[in-house]
Amino acid sequence: MTAAAGRGEDADDGPDLTRWRGIATDPDADRSQAEEATPEAVARLRARSRALLRDLLRPHRRRLGAAIGLLLSQNAAAMAGPYLVMLGIDRAIPPLRAGDAGPLVAVAGAFGAATAVEFLARRGFLIRSAQIGQAVLLDLRQRVYGHFLRLSVAFHERYTSGRMVSRLTSDLDSIAELVDGGIDSLVLAVLSIVSVAAILLWLDPPLAAVTLLAFPFLFWLSRWFARASAGAYRRTREAMALVIVHFVESTRGIRAVQAFRRERRNQRIFDAVNDDYRRASRDAFRLIATYSPGIKVIGNVTVAVVLCYGGWRVLDGATGVGVLAAFLLYLRRFFEPMQELSQFYNSLQSATAALEKLAGVLDERPAVAEPARPVPLPAGPPRGAVAFRAVTFGYRPETPILTELDLTVPAGQTVALIGPTGAGKSTIAKLLARFHDPLAGTVRLDGVDLRDVADAELRRAVVLVTQETHLFGGTVAENIRFGRPGADDAAVEAAARAIGAHDFIAALPDGYATEVHRRGGRLSAGQRQLVAFARAFLADPTVLILDEATSSLDVPTERLVQRALGTILRDRTALVIAHRLSTVEIADRVLVLDGGRIVEDGPPARLAAAGGRYADLHRQWRESLL
Amino acid sequence: MPAESDGNPAPGVAAGRHPLHNLWRLRRYLRPYAVEFGWLLLAALGATGASIAIPLMAQRVVDGPVARQDPAGLFRLAGLALLLGLAEALLIFVRRWVQSSSSVAMEAAIRADVYAHLQRLPASFHDRWQSGQLLSRITSDLSVIRRFLSFGLFFLVLNLVTYLVVVVLLIRLHAALGLLVAASAVPLLLVSRRFARAYHTASRRMQDQQGDVATLVEETAQGLRTMKAYGRGPELAARFATGARALHDTGVGKGRLLARTSARLDLVPNLTLGVVLVAGAAAAAAGVLTIGELVAFVSLQLMLIWPVQSLGWIIANGQEAATAADRVQEVLDTPPAIVDAPGAVTLPRAEVRGRLRFERVCFRYPGAGAPVLRDVELTVEPGETLALVGATGCGKSTLLSLVPRLHEVTGGRITLDGHDLRQVRLASLRRLVGVAFEEPTLFSMSVWENLTLGRPDAGEDEVRAALALAQADFAYDLPWGLATRVGEQGLSLSGGQRQRLALARAVLGRPALLVLDDPLSALDVQTEALVEAALKRVLRETTALLVVHRPSTIALADRVALLDGGRIAAVGRHTDLLATVPAYRAVLSAEPPAATTEPAPGGRGLVRS
Repeated sequence: MTAAAGRGEDADDGPDLTRWRGIATDPDADRSQAEEATPEAVARLRARSRALLRDLLRPHRRRLGAAIGLLLSQNAAAMAGPYLVMLGIDRAIPPLRAGDAGPLVAVAGAFGAATAVEFLARRGFLIRSAQIGQAVLLDLRQRVYGHFLRLSVAFHERYTSGRMVSRLTSDLDSIAELVDGGIDSLVLAVLSIVSVAAILLWLDPPLAAVTLLAFPFLFWLSRWFARASAGAYRRTREAMALVIVHFVESTRGIRAVQAFRRERRNQRIFDAVNDDYRRASRDAFRLIATYSPGIKVIGNVTVAVVLCYGGWRVLDGATGVGVLAAFLLYLRRFFEPMQELSQFYNSLQSATAALEKLAGVLDERPAVAEPARPVPLPAGPPRGAVAFRAVTFGYRPETPILTELDLTVPAGQTVALIGPTGAGKSTIAKLLARFHDPLAGTVRLDGVDLRDVADAELRRAVVLVTQETHLFGGTVAENIRFGRPGADDAAVEAAARAIGAHDFIAALPDGYATEVHRRGGRLSAGQRQLVAFARAFLADPTVLILDEATSSLDVPTERLVQRALGTILRDRTALVIAHRLSTVEIADRVLVLDGGRIVEDGPPARLAAAGGRYADLHRQWRESLL
Repeated sequence: MPAESDGNPAPGVAAGRHPLHNLWRLRRYLRPYAVEFGWLLLAALGATGASIAIPLMAQRVVDGPVARQDPAGLFRLAGLALLLGLAEALLIFVRRWVQSSSSVAMEAAIRADVYAHLQRLPASFHDRWQSGQLLSRITSDLSVIRRFLSFGLFFLVLNLVTYLVVVVLLIRLHAALGLLVAASAVPLLLVSRRFARAYHTASRRMQDQQGDVATLVEETAQGLRTMKAYGRGPELAARFATGARALHDTGVGKGRLLARTSARLDLVPNLTLGVVLVAGAAAAAAGVLTIGELVAFVSLQLMLIWPVQSLGWIIANGQEAATAADRVQEVLDTPPAIVDAPGAVTLPRAEVRGRLRFERVCFRYPGAGAPVLRDVELTVEPGETLALVGATGCGKSTLLSLVPRLHEVTGGRITLDGHDLRQVRLASLRRLVGVAFEEPTLFSMSVWENLTLGRPDAGEDEVRAALALAQADFAYDLPWGLATRVGEQGLSLSGGQRQRLALARAVLGRPALLVLDDPLSALDVQTEALVEAALKRVLRETTALLVVHRPSTIALADRVALLDGGRIAAVGRHTDLLATVPAYRAVLSAEPPAATTEPAPGGRGLVRS
C-alpha cells in the first residue's frame, strides 16, 4: 500500500523512466542464479565460462591442431618475407654487382615458395577456423536452447522470454562476432609476435633486449584493459537484454500499445533503455579507444629507441646496416599485430561477457529436474490414479497457497475444481502437470511420485490445457499434431472432428494446411481453444487437466466440446477447472476450494442439495441462465 | 519449416537498385557527424602520415647519420621519429575516442527510429511479420551497420588513401617499381568485385536465417508452457537444430568465401614484393638505387600488406552492412497504413455524445480471400450498451478492433457522432475509446504502469476507482502494491486477475466509448456478478460495444446484435430476439432451437449456459 501511495507524485508522466518496471517480487528476477554481483561469484562465473569454452572446443581438438599447423606454416612463410629481403639486400646485391645472379635467383625462388605456402596455408587455415568457429557456435546455441527447454516454468516466469531471446540472439551474436572477426587473427598475432621476438633475439640480442623492455608496459596496460572492459561489456550485455525485453513485449502487445496510445511513453522508455545501451557501449568502446593507442605509444617509443640504439651500434660497428634494416622491418611486424591483438582482445572481452551470461544460464539447475533413476509408471488398467499427500506449495515459500493438501482421485474419475480466484485451483493443476514440485509432500500418479517419472512418460500420461492457447508457427494440422507428433492426417482430422473443430478448420483458406501465422493471428480466441482441445484429444493422455479451457467458446461450441468430453473423459482421469458450472455437469465429483483447502467434496447433485457453497454457486448460476 | 523467411512479406530490395542503395540512404544518420567525420578522417590521415614517415626516418637514419658517422644527426632523427610516433598515437586516440560516442549514437538513433516506426505500423503488419525478424533487425543488423559506419567505411577511405599515398611515394622513390606496385591494384579490384557479389547474397541469407532463429526462440519462449505440458522439448529442439544448422552452413559458406578471397588478396602484395625485391636488387646492383632507398621502398611497400589484408574484411563488412541496411529499410519503407488523414479533427471528450454508426462496413484481412465482415449496418446510440453475439470465429473481435482503428475498414465507414473515424485524429479517437481485448495483454512492468497504459496522467483516485469497478483490489495486496512488477504478460497472476486488470485499464478515465471483448469470460460466478453490477453503473452513461458469449453477460446490454456470416443478422432486445430469431437462440443456447426454455429433467438439462 505504501508503495502504491507514493505513485501520486509522478502521475504527470514526468521523467520517471526508472520506476515503470515496478518492483520484482523476486530480487533475482533479472539474472540467473550464478550471476550474483559479489566478486567471488564473478570469478566463479569467469572460471565456468572458461571451462565452457574448453568444453566447446574439445571435440574439435584434431581440427584445431591441423588449423594451428597451417597457421604456423603461414606464419613461418610470412616471417620469411622480410628475412629474405634482408638476405637479398645483404647477400645477393654484392654478388650481383659482381655479375653473379645466382644468389638473387635463389632468394627469389625461396620468396616465391614462401608466398605460395602462405597463400595455401592461409586459405586452409581460414576455412578450418571458420568451420571450427561455426561448429562451436552451433553447439553452444543448441546447448543453451536445450537447457532453456529443460529449465522449469518458474525459472522462465522469472527470467522472462525477452531475456531468453536476448541470450540466444544478441549474446550469441557477440560471440559470433569474435568467430567472424577472426579468433584466428588473435592466434596469428600472438604467434607472429612470439616468432618475431625470437627472430629479433637471434638477429641482435642486445637490440632485442631493448625491444623486449616494452613487454612489462604492454602487460600492465593489458591487465588494466582486461579488468575495466570485463565490467563494461557485462554492462552492455545487460543493457541489451533490457532493450530486447522491451522491444519484444511492445511488438507482441502492439494492439494494446496502439489502442491505449502507449506509443509516446513506450518510446520514452525505449529511448531510455536504448540510451542506456548506447552509454554502456560507448564506455566499453572508450576503453579500447584508450588501450589501442596506448599500445601504439609503447610500440612507437620502442621503434625510436631501437632506431637510436641500433644506429649507435651500427656506428659502433657492433652490427651491420642490413641487420638494422631488417630489425626495423621486423619491428613493424612486431607492433602491427599488437594493434590487431588489442582489437581482438577487445572482441574477446565482449564475447567473454556474453559467454558468462550463457554459462550462467547453463549453470542453472532445472528446479523441476528429470529423475536420475526414473521409475516406470505401472502398466495396464486401471491407470490414472492421482494422489496428493500433505502437499504444501507456494510460488514464494513465505506465502503458501496450498498447505498440507490431501486429495485422492481414483483412476477414471472426472473431478471439477471450483472456487474463487486465488483458491489454488490452477496451482493444483500445475502441480499435477509437474510445472512445479511441491515444497513439501508428494504428488503421485498410480502410486509413483511425479518426481520419479521420466519427463517423456509423464507428458504422455498427463496433459494440461490452459486458457492460454499457444499456437506455434506452422499449419493448423501441425499444431494439432503437436499433441502426438507421429499422428497421420486422418488422426488429426478425427481429433478435430471429435472436438467440433473440423467445420471451421475446413472452412479456412487452406483447410488443415492453413498457416496460423504469428501466434495464431488469424484465428479467434475461441478457434484457438478448439485447436488446443483437438491437440489434447490427439495426445490421448491418461490424465487430462483442463484449466479454463473453454472460456472463450460460444455456448453451442462449448456444448459441443462438452459432449465430446463426455466421451473422451469416460475412461480417463480428468481434472476440470471452470468458472462456469456448465462444465461441472460432466464431473463425477466436485471439489470446492477456498484458501488452498478443500471445503466441499462430493458428487454435484449431492452438493447442490446440501446447501453449502456449491449450492449457492449453483443457484446463482441457474439464475444466470437464459 | 514454419520459420522459413517466406514469413517476411516485404520482397526486399526493388529490382535493379544498386546493392548499396539502402546503405547510402542511411547517410542521414551520419550527417550530424559529417564535420566530425571529416576532422576524424584528417586525424586518421595525419596518423597514417606519421606512420608512413617513421620508416622514412629509418631510411634517413640508415642513409644519413649511420652512413656519415654522425651521432648527433642520429639522435635528432630518432627524436623526430619519437615525436611522430607520439603524434600518431595521439591522433589515433582522439579519433577512436570521439568515434566511440558518435558510432553508438548513430546506432541508437536508427534503433529508436525503427522502434518508433514499428509502433506506428498497424496490427496487420505485426501479424504478418515474424517478431524475431523484426528483433534481429534492431539488434544484429544495426550493430553490423554501426561497425561499418564507424570502422569499415572509415578504413575503406583510410586504406584507399594510404594505398594511394604509399603508391605515389613509391613512384617517387622509383618510378618503374612504383608503377609496378600501382598496377597490382588491378587484380585486387577484380578479386574484390567478384567477392563482393557472392558475399552480398550470403550475408543476406545469413541475416534472414538469424531472424528465423530469433523467431524460433521467441516462439519457444511464448509457447513454453504448451511445450512443457506436452513434453515436446525434443521436437522443438529438433526444429531449432534445423534452423541453427542452416545458420551454421551459411556461416561456414561465408567463412569459406572470405578465406579464399583473403588468401587471394594477400597473394597480390606478396607477389609484387617478390618482383620488387628482384628488380630492386638488380637496380641496386646496377647502382640506380641506393640500398637505403631499397630498404625504404620495401618497408613502405610492407605498409600495403595490412590495408590489402583488411580489404577482404572491409568488403565483407560493407556487404553485410548493405544487406542489413536493406533489411532495416524494408521496415522503415513500409508506410504506416493507419495514419491521421490530412485535416483530421480532434474530438474533445466533453463534446462527444457517443453515437457510433457502422455504415456498410466491410473488412478483409490483407491477403485473405474472403471478407470477414460484409456490409455491416449497426448503430449504437449515445449511452447505449450493445452486445455483439455470434458463433466462434464469426468476426466479432474483428469488428471491435475497427473502432479504435487497429484495423482499417476496407469498405463503408464507421462514424462517431457523424464524424468518419478516418477523419478523426488517431490519438483523439483512441483517447475516446477504452478497450479490453479477449486476451488481456499485460506488460512486465508495475501494475500501475499497466493500468495507466494510455493515461500516464491518471491520478490515484481514478486508478482506485477503476480497480474497484473491475473488482481488482487484489492489486493492492500484491507484495509491493501497485508498484509490483507483474510477471511477463502478467503470468504470475491468474487468468481472472489479469482480465480484471485489463478491464480496469479499459474503464480508467471514463472513456466515451467502451469496447470490451468478452470481458468477463475468465471470472468466477461471484466475481462476475460483482463486476457486472459495477459495470452497469458505468455503462449507463457510456456508449459501449461488448462481445458476449453468455446469457449472463447479456444482461449488461440494452440491445443485442447477432453477427452471422459477416453480417448483422438481427438487432433488438434480448428477450425479443430470443423469442423471434431462432438463430439467435441457437447461438446462446446449446439446445435445439425448437426446445423450450425450461430445463429438461435430470442433470443434462442444467447444461445450457
